[in-house]
Amino acid sequence: MLEYCESLNPGQTELNRRSAAMPRAKPKPKVARTLLAKVPTGIQGLDEITGGGLPKGRVTLVCGRAGCGKSLLAMEFLVHGAVQYGEPGVCMNFEETEEKLTANVASLGFDLRDLIKRKKLSVDYVSIDRSQIAETGEYNLEGLFIRLGHAVKTIKAKRVVLDSVEALFSGIADSAILRSELSRLFRWLEDQKLTAIVTGEAGANTLTRHGLEEYVADCVISLDHRVTEQISTRRLRIIKYRGTSHGTDEYPFLIDEDGISVVPITSLVLTHKALTDRVSAGIATLDEMMEGKGFFRGSSVLVTGTAGTGKSSLAANFASAACARGELCLYFTFEESPSQILRNMRSVGLNLEPWVRKRLLHFNAMRPTSTGLEGHLAVIHRLISQLRPSVVVIDPITNLVSISGSYDIKSMLVRLVDFLKMAQITSMFTNLTFAGDPQERTAAAVSSLMDTWIVLRDSKPNGRPRRELYVLKSRGMAHSREVRELIVSERGLELGIVLKDRMQATTAEGIGAVAAVE
Amino acid sequence: MKTGSAKKSVAKKSPARKGPAKTGESDFYRLRLYIAGQTPNSVAAIANLKKICEDKLKGKYRIEVVDLLEKPQLAKGDQIIAIPTLVRRLPPPVKKIIGNLSKTESVIVGLDLQPVR
Repeated sequence: MLEYCESLNPGQTELNRRSAAMPRAKPKPKVARTLLAKVPTGIQGLDEITGGGLPKGRVTLVCGRAGCGKSLLAMEFLVHGAVQYGEPGVCMNFEETEEKLTANVASLGFDLRDLIKRKKLSVDYVSIDRSQIAETGEYNLEGLFIRLGHAVKTIKAKRVVLDSVEALFSGIADSAILRSELSRLFRWLEDQKLTAIVTGEAGANTLTRHGLEEYVADCVISLDHRVTEQISTRRLRIIKYRGTSHGTDEYPFLIDEDGISVVPITSLVLTHKALTDRVSAGIATLDEMMEGKGFFRGSSVLVTGTAGTGKSSLAANFASAACARGELCLYFTFEESPSQILRNMRSVGLNLEPWVRKRLLHFNAMRPTSTGLEGHLAVIHRLISQLRPSVVVIDPITNLVSISGSYDIKSMLVRLVDFLKMAQITSMFTNLTFAGDPQERTAAAVSSLMDTWIVLRDSKPNGRPRRELYVLKSRGMAHSREVRELIVSERGLELGIVLKDRMQATTAEGIGAVAAVE
Repeated sequence: MKTGSAKKSVAKKSPARKGPAKTGESDFYRLRLYIAGQTPNSVAAIANLKKICEDKLKGKYRIEVVDLLEKPQLAKGDQIIAIPTLVRRLPPPVKKIIGNLSKTESVIVGLDLQPVR
């Protein structure tokens, strides 16, 4: 009976998939779509990339090396299930005692003890000490089934975690019995219509050390924790998810005080809606250069320039203008502390403090080296999801470049820009370039992603230093190509007269750089 | 231990009940056998255990049989995974033997039974 079910199910999904793929043969899209019920994990981002969560009533294998976050993912699945989705869960833990587990997840704000008391959760610590156990004659693992079955029945559980069932391999000598019992266990879980996560330690050449993936047919998720140039990044990948489409990329994820958050990054198609309304750049004369209206809402703006040309001031004006419209602005700073920015901006006639007090302007200051690029991306993503700003400033992206190669930064920015556009957030990125290398390579690498590119630079005609600004590109509008002087004073930022003399040369140089990249 | 009803005292030797006269506490064996229903392995384990005890421990043992189908909550306390499991509760240390106890020699070794002189 059991074997019959087991062999029937995969065949059925296979059949449906095939019929769905076949053209003209009585298309039944509705059947195919409702085939797989899913159970949300409640983990930010994971439900998005799996299209709704884990397969309902099936076993999911989560594998990875020690310390990659398997247990945490599994526990979050249980806790969110119990708290948010009204699905009680049983954790059968082969590694940690109930006390240790409670203490571990308490640091993430989960109160296991309370959940256990309210019969939303049940933890069973299974200890196997081989030195205590001798084996003689035939046996099976019915005891494990009885324990699990009893726990499930007691709290009417819908979710089960086995973490990590591989510990049985060190406790039970007869691996033939163990393997047949494990496959019976996984079938039993499915028969009981339990949605389960089984964790497994990564093996040398296999997904798990003891080949658990052989028994799990439906969904396999791999977690990874890599260190590149002394900076670690956690990544998650869905290796297999039968009967559903899923993202196949490696997705960075973050473990912080709120638990796991996965960053679902590149959407496969460019589907974001282009908005036609405009937002001010914060400087009236700069708006003038862009048809008098400023940037398109939801577009991305790159500001490049050498040191001291006023990039941050420009960004701060942009942020301030957003706050003045009553919009929320999120300002990521990678080289100055928020109070330093506030002080510096006061010196150029911009008082940002009221916006901070009104909670319209949010600063997030991070050291670039505090985490890997993916970690930064995850933080940015999480904050944006929480605060839902309409304007985001990242000042500067250059410091992120310093911690990784330009390929990485580009791929990160693609994901970020994509995400911001989907959310219709207007974004400004500043980028430091170096004198003598005005169109520095990184700037060029990311510029193709940007809708608008504003170039700032120093020049010293007749020995008098001045700052110059021009709009190198701005998609979808007839922007001015003139070079203008940027006047920074205690009264604020202003654009001076059109500088005719060097205009030809600079534009040609700029266009040349863009052409070289694109 | 927790509830009396689950334990079926299969063999109670009257001289052993109040502690044997000659041998000390350490010589008395308290054994608990966990089964799950009357499966062939469980039936065999009970029979094998009784025989071994009668041969080697006459008068110095007590066997409780716990059927986990009736009392599943007892599985957690003794960390039972496999069925059948025999637990030597006394004398210390606690020892476990899993299987139907068909290999008499390894049961004797596993329980650390001294041959009766």
